[in-house]
Amino acid sequence: MSYARAACAALEDAMRADERVVVLGEDVGRGGVFGQYRGLAPAFGAERVIDTPISESTILGAAVGMALAGLKPVVEMRVVDFALCAIDELVNQAAKARYMFGGQGRAAMVARLPNGLWSGSAAQHSQSLEAWFAHIPGLVVVAPATPQDNFSLLNASLACGDPVVYLEHKELWGMEDEVDVARAVPLGKAETIRAGKDVTVVTWSRTRHAALAAADLAARQGISLEVIDLRTLWPWDRDAVLASAGRTGRVLIAHEAVQVAGFGAEIAAVLAEHTDARVKRLGAPRIPVGYATTLEDESRIAPQAIAAAGIELAQRPRR
Amino acid sequence: MQEAPDAEHALALYRTMARIRAFEDAAEQASLGGVAAFGATLSQAKVRGPLHLSTGQEAVAAGVCAHLRKSDLLTSTHRGHGHTIAKGAALDRMMCELFGRASGYNQGKGGSMHIADFSVGMLGANGVVADGIPIAVGAAHALGMRGGDDAVVCFFGDGAINRGPFLEGLNWAAVRSLRILFVCEDNRWAATTETGSTTAGAGALARAEAIGVPGCKADGNDVLDVWRAAGALLAEVRAGAPRMLHAVTYRVKGHVSVDVAGYRDAAKHNKELERDPLVLAAAEIEALGVAREKLEAIGREAQAEVAAAVAAAHAAPLPDPRAAYEEVQDTGAGRWRE
Repeated sequence: MSYARAACAALEDAMRADERVVVLGEDVGRGGVFGQYRGLAPAFGAERVIDTPISESTILGAAVGMALAGLKPVVEMRVVDFALCAIDELVNQAAKARYMFGGQGRAAMVARLPNGLWSGSAAQHSQSLEAWFAHIPGLVVVAPATPQDNFSLLNASLACGDPVVYLEHKELWGMEDEVDVARAVPLGKAETIRAGKDVTVVTWSRTRHAALAAADLAARQGISLEVIDLRTLWPWDRDAVLASAGRTGRVLIAHEAVQVAGFGAEIAAVLAEHTDARVKRLGAPRIPVGYATTLEDESRIAPQAIAAAGIELAQRPRR
Repeated sequence: MQEAPDAEHALALYRTMARIRAFEDAAEQASLGGVAAFGATLSQAKVRGPLHLSTGQEAVAAGVCAHLRKSDLLTSTHRGHGHTIAKGAALDRMMCELFGRASGYNQGKGGSMHIADFSVGMLGANGVVADGIPIAVGAAHALGMRGGDDAVVCFFGDGAINRGPFLEGLNWAAVRSLRILFVCEDNRWAATTETGSTTAGAGALARAEAIGVPGCKADGNDVLDVWRAAGALLAEVRAGAPRMLHAVTYRVKGHVSVDVAGYRDAAKHNKELERDPLVLAAAEIEALGVAREKLEAIGREAQAEVAAAVAAAHAAPLPDPRAAYEEVQDTGAGRWRE
């Protein structure tokens, strides 16, 4: 099953089980531009699969109103970059409604904001903004990297009573893998996808795959990388990361977002506060994503770079 | 269209207005020294932060909300006490919220700018200009799915028509034929700026009509005029189409309670004060055959009710600091600082 189809399947199940679940956003009636809503409009009708104008503020704001009035909206924002047109509604309204109103209502919703570098799409379609959302109290932040996780985490997000910022990766839609629809993945639980002893690599979203490839490269040089996919960034699985750091004593945090003030900084700070581990970060340079391949590549986090950073870290003595 | 309410309904309109006025006056008193802005300095005050008063705008809230059922929904603005009262919220719990008490509608977490009473369909004031519009649109969509003819009323100010959500929300409501009444409560001032000086074209109603949301204008200081216009428009809304009411009123107080609004022309301002909506309403209702004593009694009752609300708010405890960590979120909640 593809990553896009996995999400669609989870949504289909939720819509069948609960008539309060609705989808709203641009182009959802024709399956969405990535096919991640394919088949929903014919199955559930235009009243529940709601085609909207290009009005991001009102798409997200209306979802808040729907939620306060008893529906469970799934919000399509096309790409995270466009969701910035609705950042006020997400941050000032959705994230705060429950608290501000003293628990009288809550804006439970899943806002799908495809994240990450999208080849050839340049600066306004290629950002990784997960740290923005992790910073906002009230929001849950999820970043699935596989078809299985996209199925299971979307399920968990739909069942969650909080506003969830759901960050699928813009380039994983076509990824194929087996999906066990009976498998539940709780929010906030990391997955250790490769056991290792020298260096812990903490990552998420597409960089999970680069980190796995990096572990192979490093292994050829005798360095053993343990790879942890956080899967949920808020809440993030501190226990898993601290436990692994305790074993390896060295942690590399690798992500596609700009390194400066990226979510890796939060993880590094927590490691510094709670462990003696040696910590290194590997994120994108602080530049907009360029169009030409040579420029775009400067923003990519390649397996070679992760392997090199891991090997370098492994050379440093444990504290 | 009904030309005038009967005496009982007219008295109910007056009672709503009197209760709003008394509430605003008491809140204003309790707020002095509550915020450092407009040259005012911070000192001890029970009502803290910016307090946006709807004094002088009572006729809009009363005239519109008199047509609403409990199951109808409402969104409001930062100047939302009047709408909240008119939709049926209790004054004591509102005052408790303004005083930041645990017994307030929002458990002391929202204050004036986020006042809400979901139990009567009041989905919240809003600290961001125009942000209630998309929320109201979504609520109207939800009501539409439920069936029936319940409606949403969306109050916003004249400043809001210059923000994007006005265009987006009205367009969406028109495309989807949502049961929603947009009410532009035009008090002619956007903070310290006269809205006319920053608004192009023929104004709120012309913009709405251009989008496909017809409606009408009303004298926002004349409660019977608002009542008539809102009644007619809401009948059309319940039949399944969005409508727009442009109610022109006047902001009697400053932008916030500590703003003395010295930027306004004194002669013009005093002229506007002659059209106090409570005075106008009293005259009109007397003309319907209601004795003046009845109106005066309503005024006294409102004062007494507000005095009791203020006393209750004074006596009520502040929230336990631990409550700061509650109602944030279920997943990922907690004290994430240690």
